[in-house]
Amino acid sequence: MREVYAAGVGITSFTRLEYPLVEIAAYPAMMALLDAGLKAVDQVYVANMGSARLNSQTALASAVVDTLGLTPAGAERIENGPASGASAVKQGFLGVASGMYEAVLVTGCERMREVNNLEATDFVATMTHPLAEYVYGVTLPAHAAMFTRLYMQRYGVTERHLAMVAVKNHANAMKNRFAHLHQPITIEGILDSPEAFTNNPYVSEPLRFFDCCPVSDGGAAVILASREKMAELGKPLIRLAGLGQATDTLAVFERPDPTDLLAVRRSAAAAFAMAGLTPSDVQVAELHDAFTILEIAESEEAGFFPKGEGHLALEKGVTSLGGALPINPSGGLKGKGHPVGATGIGQVHEIVTQLRGEAGDRQVAGAKVGFTCNFGGFGNNVISMVFVREE
Amino acid sequence: MGVDLEKILRPVDTPLAPYPPKFMTVASGETLVVRQVERDEIPTLLLHVEPLVHVERDFYDVVAARVYAELLGYYRHRMQDEYVLVGQIDGHLAAIVNGRTVSPRLGMSLHTLALRRGLRIGAHCFAAKMEYHLDILGQDEVLIVAESPIGFRRWMIEYQLEKRFEVAHELGGVPSYALTRALFDRARSSLVVGRRPVPPGLLAQAQAAILPPTDPPRPPADLLAATRAMYDSTGTALLLQRGRQELEGGHA
Repeated sequence: MREVYAAGVGITSFTRLEYPLVEIAAYPAMMALLDAGLKAVDQVYVANMGSARLNSQTALASAVVDTLGLTPAGAERIENGPASGASAVKQGFLGVASGMYEAVLVTGCERMREVNNLEATDFVATMTHPLAEYVYGVTLPAHAAMFTRLYMQRYGVTERHLAMVAVKNHANAMKNRFAHLHQPITIEGILDSPEAFTNNPYVSEPLRFFDCCPVSDGGAAVILASREKMAELGKPLIRLAGLGQATDTLAVFERPDPTDLLAVRRSAAAAFAMAGLTPSDVQVAELHDAFTILEIAESEEAGFFPKGEGHLALEKGVTSLGGALPINPSGGLKGKGHPVGATGIGQVHEIVTQLRGEAGDRQVAGAKVGFTCNFGGFGNNVISMVFVREE
Repeated sequence: MGVDLEKILRPVDTPLAPYPPKFMTVASGETLVVRQVERDEIPTLLLHVEPLVHVERDFYDVVAARVYAELLGYYRHRMQDEYVLVGQIDGHLAAIVNGRTVSPRLGMSLHTLALRRGLRIGAHCFAAKMEYHLDILGQDEVLIVAESPIGFRRWMIEYQLEKRFEVAHELGGVPSYALTRALFDRARSSLVVGRRPVPPGLLAQAQAAILPPTDPPRPPADLLAATRAMYDSTGTALLLQRGRQELEGGHA
C-alpha cells in the first residue's frame, strides 16, 4: 500500500444550520480544497447517515460533486451510522493507498435539527437491532444509561466523574469557534446547586442533560492524497499511519459483558499495529463521547489507561488540556457537537489541526501523534485512526 | 401633536402588582438575578436588543425585532398593561421576557429573548414570567405562542401546553397555546426554580446598571450564512465564494 496523507481540511460550525444539506457538505469541502491548494480530485466520498429520512434527499454524492463543480470525479455516499465519517475516510484511504487515486475528497454532513429532538432521537435509535431492541423502544440514551449504571457498579464511576467530563469538554469547546456549545459549565451549576436538578435534569438515569451530546447540524471534510501529490502541494505531512475497524454484536445484550467495548479495543489495536506505534506514543486523542461515560470507557479500551481506571486519570487531570494526554481538545461530541455523518471527519479535522500546530488556544504542545475513535451504533462498528506528523 | 390627542393615543395602564425578584445558580455556576425593570430602564435594553435584529440564526432576527418594537411601545406608551422582566448575571443582561395582561383572568405572553445561550437562562426567565402571571397577578391562564423551534420545544413540549387554537394570539395572529394553573403546578417541581429574597448586595448590583451581554448570540462562524442570504437555490454562490477566496487567499 502507498502512504496516505491529509492534505487539506475544512469544517462548518457544528450548530443549527438552516441551509440545504448539500451546502453543509459542500462548504467544508470547499475549505478543504482551498486548504490543500487543489481545484480537482479524482473521487468524492460523502459521509451521511440520515439524508433520506431527515432531509428527503437521496443520491447525495451526486448533488455534492455537482455543487462543488468537481464533475466528472466519481462520487459515492457512505453510510455507516455515526461511524459514517470514519468509514468514508477509510474508503478514501483505500482509494489512494491502492494507487487508484492520487487525491480524494472526503466530506461528511448531517442536518439533524430539521426535525425535533424526539424525531432525531428516534432516527438515531434506528441503528439498534430492529427486532431485539428498537421495537421495545430502546434509544441511544437508554443504552448509554444502562451501560453507565453497570460501569458505576463495577468500576466506581460516579455522576461526579461524568460531570467532570462534561465540564472539561465544555471548557475545551469554548476555545473552538466551530463548536456547538459555547457555555462554560461548573460542577456547582450542574450537580451541587439547589437549581442543578432543573439546570441538568435526568435524561435517562443516571445520565443527565449535560452527559449527552447536543443534536447538531454540521459538515467536515478532509482531502487525502498520495506522497507524490503531497510533494506538489507543499503542505505539512500529516500521515494517516494506522486505521483499524472492528464490529461487535448488533444487539448489546448479546455481548458476554456489556461493559466490554470489544470493537473499540480491536479497532484501536489494529490501528496501532498498522502504524507501528502504541497508545503511549499518542499525545492527543479525539474520542466519541456521545455520552460522557463513553469518553471514560473508550480511553480505557483504546489502551491509554487500564480498564476501570479512566475516571481516575480524569480526576488527576491527565485528560485535560495541559495534561499528559489531552482527550477531546476540540470539545468532543459533548462540546463541539455531533452531526452524525460528519462527526468522524470532524475528529480528523481536529487531529490534523493539532498535528499541524494550528489549534490556537487549545493547541496540545508538541503533538506529533494523534488518535481518533469513531464509535458506530452502540459500539458495534468502530473505526480508529492514528495520524503522525512527519518532519 | 397636541396634548389632547396624546391623551387619546396613550393607554391607561392598570396597576399591576410588582414581581418580587429572585435569584438562582445556573449551569455555569454563575448567579442569575431575575427582576422587573422600570420604564426608564428600557432605553438601555433597546441598545442591547438592536444588534440581535441582524442575527439570522434561530429566528433571533424576528424575535429581536419584535421585542424591540414591544419595548419601544412600552417606553413610548403605546402598549397597554405590559411588563418587562430581565435576567442579569453580575449586572450583565442575560435575558429579557415580557408580556401583558388582557384581563384580570388572562395573561398574554409576548417574548423570551435569551442573550446568553445554553444555560437555560431563557427557560428560567420564561418560568419567572409564568410565575408572575399565575402566582403574583393571580390569573387563570396565559396565552403563548412560539416563533422558533427552540421556543416550541421549551414551552409547548416541556410544559405540555393546551391548545387554544380558536384564539388568535397577539403575536402574528397565529393559533394560541395556553398554560393553565394546573399545568404550571405540574411543572413547578422540575422547571420553576429560584430563591427569595435576593441578597441586598446582589440586587443592588443588578439595579445599579444593566450592563451589555457578555456573550450575545452571533451568526455561525462560517460563511454558509452568506450563501443562503443570497437566496441561491443551486449553490452557485458557493462557487462564487470559492473563487473569491482563491483570489484573496482565504482559508478555513
